Amino acid sequence: MPGKATRAAFGEALLELGARDERIVTLDADLSKSTMTVAFAKKHPDRAFNLGIAEQNMIGTGAGLALAGKIPFVCSFACFLVGRFETIRISVAYTNANVKLVGTHAGIAIGEDGYSQMGLEDVACIRSLPNIAIVQPADELETKQAVAYAVEHEGPVYLRLTRQTMEPVCPPDYRFRLGQWLVLRGGRDVTLIGSGGPIGNCLEAARLLAAESISAEVVNAASIKPLDEDLLLRSAGRTGHVVTVEDHALAGGLGGAVAELLGEVMPTPLKRLGVQGFGESGDSKGLYAKHGLDPAGIAASVRKFLNR
Amino acid sequence: MADVVRLDAIARECRVQIIRMLAHAGSGHPGGSLSVIDLVVTLMFGRMRHDPKRPDWPERDRLILSKGHAVPALYAAMARAGYFPEDQLITLRKLGSPLQGHPDRTTLPGIEAATGSLGQGLSISLGIALGLKMAGWPARVYCILGDGEIQEGQVWEAAMSGPQLGQPQHPLDNLTVILDYNKIQLDDFVAKIRDLEPVLAKWQAFGWPVVEIDGHKIDQIDKALDQAEATRGKPFFIVAHTVKGKGVSFMENQPEWHGKAPKPAEAIAAVREILGVSEAAWEEYLAKDSTTRALVGELRALERK
Ligand SMILES: Cc1ncc(C[n+]2csc(CCOP(=O)(O)OP(=O)(O)O)c2C)c(N)n1
Ligand SMILES: [Mg+2]
Repeated sequence: MPGKATRAAFGEALLELGARDERIVTLDADLSKSTMTVAFAKKHPDRAFNLGIAEQNMIGTGAGLALAGKIPFVCSFACFLVGRFETIRISVAYTNANVKLVGTHAGIAIGEDGYSQMGLEDVACIRSLPNIAIVQPADELETKQAVAYAVEHEGPVYLRLTRQTMEPVCPPDYRFRLGQWLVLRGGRDVTLIGSGGPIGNCLEAARLLAAESISAEVVNAASIKPLDEDLLLRSAGRTGHVVTVEDHALAGGLGGAVAELLGEVMPTPLKRLGVQGFGESGDSKGLYAKHGLDPAGIAASVRKFLNR
Repeated sequence: MADVVRLDAIARECRVQIIRMLAHAGSGHPGGSLSVIDLVVTLMFGRMRHDPKRPDWPERDRLILSKGHAVPALYAAMARAGYFPEDQLITLRKLGSPLQGHPDRTTLPGIEAATGSLGQGLSISLGIALGLKMAGWPARVYCILGDGEIQEGQVWEAAMSGPQLGQPQHPLDNLTVILDYNKIQLDDFVAKIRDLEPVLAKWQAFGWPVVEIDGHKIDQIDKALDQAEATRGKPFFIVAHTVKGKGVSFMENQPEWHGKAPKPAEAIAAVREILGVSEAAWEEYLAKDSTTRALVGELRALERK
């Protein structure tokens, strides 16, 4: 399978699932070309609503549609959704509305538009709400399964998607399940837990490290909430070293979630890699290199962390 | 009275620079930059008291470009005014450049507020206007909104607040708000997504004095700004009818040119149109005009990259 942006895979999945399930509706805030709901909207104009540049109203309307029995996919850039956090907090979470929030353009990988359009704190914010599941799929296959899962799952879900193309990493027989991670490559010395944008770079870093006799286990953590606690503790127990890699602010993301669990249950040396400070404009490759999320940067951090 | 000929000439230069910097960046928003540039130029070169050498002068007039994605228009005008060298324009959106894809006041002196998340600029403008009044400074505040942008709820919270905030000691009659009414947002035409009409009556109902103008006619913009300055006790609202992509025929009124950069060949065609030169006369024009010749050379080099 060639690479595909997870937002594009989401758009295709919606089209497929929407044909079978009349309850599915989409809500957009003038970014339907970017969130890739346009194809669904063309096919089902009566079930696609573009509410204009009014995210707060879109989220609330989505919550209402959910209360009336629909399965609304409420879509925008991740930053603009979480920008209306208090609306999510009450109208979606506390109400326990069956809303599927879809935040695209995750992270610094969006590049040139710069910080104001980058979803960098979304996981941290949404993770603090008790009942919203958070899923960040790695590739086309996993995205399509995660979207199907979200339709079946009773309760609010947050899907975090990329603007950029993602190379396939999941095997063809893969089955997504909430709270289950996937070991992409076995290893003994360190557990590399990646999610979203930099997952391919984690694998590449593991290859670089293998050439220096450092054996890195690479885990794809699509389910950020809940974590796959069993897999995490098992792998960390074996390798004794954990590195998290994500295109998200260092504070409160996947790394924060892993730190919380390990700190309480099984203190293990941990290094978190992510975005420091605000994001900025630039080409996505250059930005990943600057923040140490490219293969060389990840490998260098692992080396230093292991004192090698 | 504004020097219409001079301001029109500056606006034309700025349009050329907008096209140039977007072509170099390879991404960005030409439509809304071209619709807003006549407003920006009339303000910065014909109205506002500001000093590029002292961007933090406390008594300066302020311009808040709430529709932050159109910042190439602001950068072009700022470079022309002397805030930074024109050479720097082509670093737009490149890693390490102070010319961020959306305005960042911490990297570029002269930028008043971080905008780019739509809907926030008017509230910030209210606060600045109130603060200036409380300090007793005569400075004025100008805020430019996009038409799609005013679908945001925060804009209407600010709209409700504007005519009342600071009353009675500090009415915000130092604030002028301009709507860049180009009829197009990102996904489609505004009227197809979420119609604003009757937009004039809406702002009036919220207590704002409102005038309606052609946002590409310098004399009309200037006259409305006079009216705003003469108004006491209330902030002032200008509905500026504009054309998205104004000045480049293939961009005008085309939603697809909201957020994509011209390719080098398109950029050259755009520059030619902005300068008002026919295809037939173009080579001859370039032979005589070394500045444009250099620019076209630069754009052609981009194509080979
Ligand atoms: C809060 C928020 N939601 C969505 C966007 C994405 N976005 C950028 S520009 C734009 C359309 C803006 O339309 P308009 O205000 O009419 O601007 P103009 O036509 O002048 O370019 C959108 C939806 C954003 N920047 N901020
Ligand atoms: Mg517009």
